[in-house]
Amino acid sequence: MKHFRSIGLALAATFAVSQAGAQELTGTLKNIKDTGAITLGFRDSSIPFSYLDDNQKPVGFAMDICYKIVDAVKKELKLDKLEVKLNPVTSATRIPLMANGTIDLECGSTTNNAERQKQVAFTNTHFLTASRYVFKKSSGLKSIEDLKGKTVVSTAGTTNIKQLTEANVAKGLGANIIPAKDHAEAFLMVETDRAVAFVMDDILLASLVAGSKSPDDYVISKDAFSKPEPYGIMLRKDDAAFKKVVDAATAAVYTSGEGQKIYEKWFTAKIPPKGLNLNTPISAELKNEFAKPSDSPNPDDYK
Amino acid sequence: MNYNWNWGIFFQPNPMGTGTYLDMLLSGLALTLKTAGLAWIIALITGSIVGVMRTLPSKGAYWFGFAYVEFFRNMPLLVQLFLWFFVLPEILPKAAGLWLKQLPNAPFWTAAIGVGLFMSARVAVQLQAGISSLPRGQKMAATALGLTTVQGYRYVLLPMAFRIILPPLTSEFLNTIKNTAVAITIGLLELTGQARSMQEFSFQVFEAFTAATILYLLVNAVVVTAMRFLERWVAIPGYITGK
Repeated sequence: MKHFRSIGLALAATFAVSQAGAQELTGTLKNIKDTGAITLGFRDSSIPFSYLDDNQKPVGFAMDICYKIVDAVKKELKLDKLEVKLNPVTSATRIPLMANGTIDLECGSTTNNAERQKQVAFTNTHFLTASRYVFKKSSGLKSIEDLKGKTVVSTAGTTNIKQLTEANVAKGLGANIIPAKDHAEAFLMVETDRAVAFVMDDILLASLVAGSKSPDDYVISKDAFSKPEPYGIMLRKDDAAFKKVVDAATAAVYTSGEGQKIYEKWFTAKIPPKGLNLNTPISAELKNEFAKPSDSPNPDDYK
Repeated sequence: MNYNWNWGIFFQPNPMGTGTYLDMLLSGLALTLKTAGLAWIIALITGSIVGVMRTLPSKGAYWFGFAYVEFFRNMPLLVQLFLWFFVLPEILPKAAGLWLKQLPNAPFWTAAIGVGLFMSARVAVQLQAGISSLPRGQKMAATALGLTTVQGYRYVLLPMAFRIILPPLTSEFLNTIKNTAVAITIGLLELTGQARSMQEFSFQVFEAFTAATILYLLVNAVVVTAMRFLERWVAIPGYITGK
């Protein structure tokens, strides 16, 4: 370890000399240059954004975008080799691991909102998703009003459960809202008839349905509880230099049409490990976003 | 660390529209206390019955107590709650299962009963140990006085045994409070659940869990103090816990 470190220091010193005159690096960029490595945080079951395939290797839509960012960082720092380290995160660990420097980018399905921007930064939006609900075909629900007096589940701590609670009050539904620990458990509640509907981001519902025992039994509502909200790749706050590189990289991917190709790979074709097809063509809103990339947390900015 | 501390977060309104973030945590604390309280009552009552059964001369009673304890003690609490909540309604007849699923506050009742039964196995073992630690002469003296077995337990053995096991019972009670945290896996938003919600909404994870830790510590400090008073009050001079 000690030897490696001294070699690293020597290397860093050499680079420092050769870079003399170039502008001083700070924050994450400096760290990446010093260590020759960048760490990506991935989720183990956020299909199709970031999840483990049958070789236990993280893959997904957000992972592909993150690798594009890695390429751009490598180019920016003029490195010959940049090691990519992968670190699993959960919704509970992503903030501590980002804050203490374990991960440099979080590649998943994290909603970018104003409240969270007090703690972290997000790069350009890579997906837009609205809050909808999934139900069994046999229950014959149609609109949000049909949830009147029924038991509805959503995942604790999500923006979705908040929107559901608000709609419950605003529309006088009188629905019995129960929180679930995670998406899989919430879906299980609908599967076992404990709840008639599960309110969640529509894309997550699509992947849960596609992966369920009998996908044909389920329907996702047309009615939405919210405007489409943005997902962003998360990075540390107050690191303008790194954010600039990351933003430029994602903007280049989205505007060049590459973004849409990556999108189609994960959302309209068969994906590993089970060959599911989510059959979710790109929305008009996301197409606009790709044309004019934005990191805004405000859903009204995506029309 | 590049973390943006914000202790003021507790006084900001929570996104559920139920007051501030602090209110959210306090409502979780209230639920933790309710669940733990009910679970402890269940644990004490069933644990005492099973514990006594394990000391009775009857072979059948002994084996029932043995099987009960091994069943509840050897399976992780997390697994037990999952079984009660998700699996039990599926193996019951359809109508009964549906009734169980649609019970209002199902996670609360499941958690209280599940944690209660889990802890009852531990209480049973404690009580059995307490009764076995009494000198054999106690039981004989009770019989010599003409007391029946029930009366012997009621007036002689149990009052002694419970006093002896009061300190370990305190720690079982504390465990019961802490074990309610497992209930978030079946969707009960107790203190840990609310701390998790808070960190998901605001991303202020350290503040949320610091507050939860302090609240757990405060509750446990109150319990420990109260139990020390109880121990002193019921102590028998000359015995382990007496002076």
